[in-house]
Amino acid sequence: MSAVQKDAMNDAQPLLQVKNLEAFYGPVMALRGVSIDVFEGKVVAILGANGAGKTTLMKTISGALAPRKGSITLAGEAIEGREPDALVRQGIAHVPEGREVFPFLTVEENLTMGAYIRRDKAGIRQDMEMVYDYFPILLERRNQPAGTLSGGQQQMLAIGRGLMSRPSLMLLDEPSLGLSPLLVQEIFAIVRRLNKEQGVTLLLVEQNAQVALNTADHGYVLETGRIVMDGSAEELLASDDIREFYLGQSAGDDRPEKRWKRKKTWR
Amino acid sequence: MDILQLLVSGIANGCIYGLLALGFVLIYKASEAVNFAQGDMMMLGAFLGVTFINTSYADLPFLVGITLAALILGLFGYLLDRFVLRAIFGQPQFAMVILTIALGFLIRFVAGVIWGHDPTSLETPFIGLVWTVGELMIPVVDAVIIITTVALTAILYFFFARTRLGVAMQASSQNQMAAYYMGIPVKRINAIVWALSGVVAAIAGVMFAAKGAVEPSVGLLFGIKAFAAAVIGGLGSLPGALLGGLLVGIVEPFAGRYLPSGVGQIAPYVLMLLVLILRPGGLFAQISQKKV
Repeated sequence: MSAVQKDAMNDAQPLLQVKNLEAFYGPVMALRGVSIDVFEGKVVAILGANGAGKTTLMKTISGALAPRKGSITLAGEAIEGREPDALVRQGIAHVPEGREVFPFLTVEENLTMGAYIRRDKAGIRQDMEMVYDYFPILLERRNQPAGTLSGGQQQMLAIGRGLMSRPSLMLLDEPSLGLSPLLVQEIFAIVRRLNKEQGVTLLLVEQNAQVALNTADHGYVLETGRIVMDGSAEELLASDDIREFYLGQSAGDDRPEKRWKRKKTWR
Repeated sequence: MDILQLLVSGIANGCIYGLLALGFVLIYKASEAVNFAQGDMMMLGAFLGVTFINTSYADLPFLVGITLAALILGLFGYLLDRFVLRAIFGQPQFAMVILTIALGFLIRFVAGVIWGHDPTSLETPFIGLVWTVGELMIPVVDAVIIITTVALTAILYFFFARTRLGVAMQASSQNQMAAYYMGIPVKRINAIVWALSGVVAAIAGVMFAAKGAVEPSVGLLFGIKAFAAAVIGGLGSLPGALLGGLLVGIVEPFAGRYLPSGVGQIAPYVLMLLVLILRPGGLFAQISQKKV
């Protein structure tokens, strides 16, 4: 195989391609020309502080917000501006920030609602077993109202509910929100397994950069609505900027008398 | 015996209140706003029933007439949501309150033009029939009302608990955004809830006209009492609405019989105030469980 051919394969079309996306909340510009690529079978993480536009980006991709400019393509098809219920049918599952389970429905009913767009009863049953396999605690609590679960269990339920639509792309918005470090590790381990074993492509939004980069293949850094940096997870973990501003490690303490804060190199 | 007699008539009345309160709760759960035209929709259903069933009008069999009235009012509810209420989707809830109050005026006026203002009764196959059990006299119409309500409640319970659409309605009333993300067509679901509440209102209306007499302004007062029943049950709970309706229906005749005159008319509201003071969320409050 020649080098050119190999390049052509690497240039294969991404499953999700976002180009120059601009979104507004009224007059406030929340996304200022964001472009990202998510290749099939990968885990891509978007890092950023509060208000960087991470959730806005997720909502725009899943159709809850309409972009003003730019394009979103899923497997080559333009999907920007479509309604969420249409996009679920196209294979996007959005696991929203803050879990958002249906509090008075049982765990099992919540999962059934995740499969609302599907009609194949046998397949739904099978996928429910699969979800219970990954999250055994949900099987134990299946007849309990979801509102009575703990935060971690609700997050598991939200992820399981997302899986029930058999998505090709899952948007996972801040799964670590409000969970103990141990639980975060557990959930991310399962997320990684889902990606490997079920082949679900994942776009992940996180404030917890450490755990996100340990899970992801590729990362983007979003700041005030712009992508300021991107690279493989290893590159980002090794980058001085990321280490200092997102992982809280100071870059090589060779000058203990240092009193000032280092400037980010992308500014 | 007197007490039992009052109880039977109170329960039958309470069933109609309960059905109407059910309509309030359905709409409240779907759109978090109160439909103040619910009583007038019931009145409309009653007149539709009269039109289809009475010999001076279409003279159709009772069951055919009630089905037609339910279908028409269901369609009315669906179209109302699809073309009128969806236009104010996303506006403050206050907009919907005002809109439904205005709608009530409109329905009353149109009904007055079409059917006039004289009280009209429904000619049922069981008109004037009475079952005698010992000394107790049970008008057949009361029995029919109670049986219909029980049956309708069972159907609705099955629908909400067991069917895909019913569970999806619950889901979208509990977390609209999440339901949207699941691919549940939330707007269409809302329209179906309006249709359902129209059907329930029509059945309540036909029952109402079978027991008493209907004229255009009847829905206003009856609707307000049914709203009190819904509040007593805890606005947002279907079993609560039925229980609230029964309580209002039973309290009314007893207060009228044993307490000074006039107390009977205010009894439902006194009951509502008492419940609000003692259990502010209503008898079947779900609010306390709601987590953010």
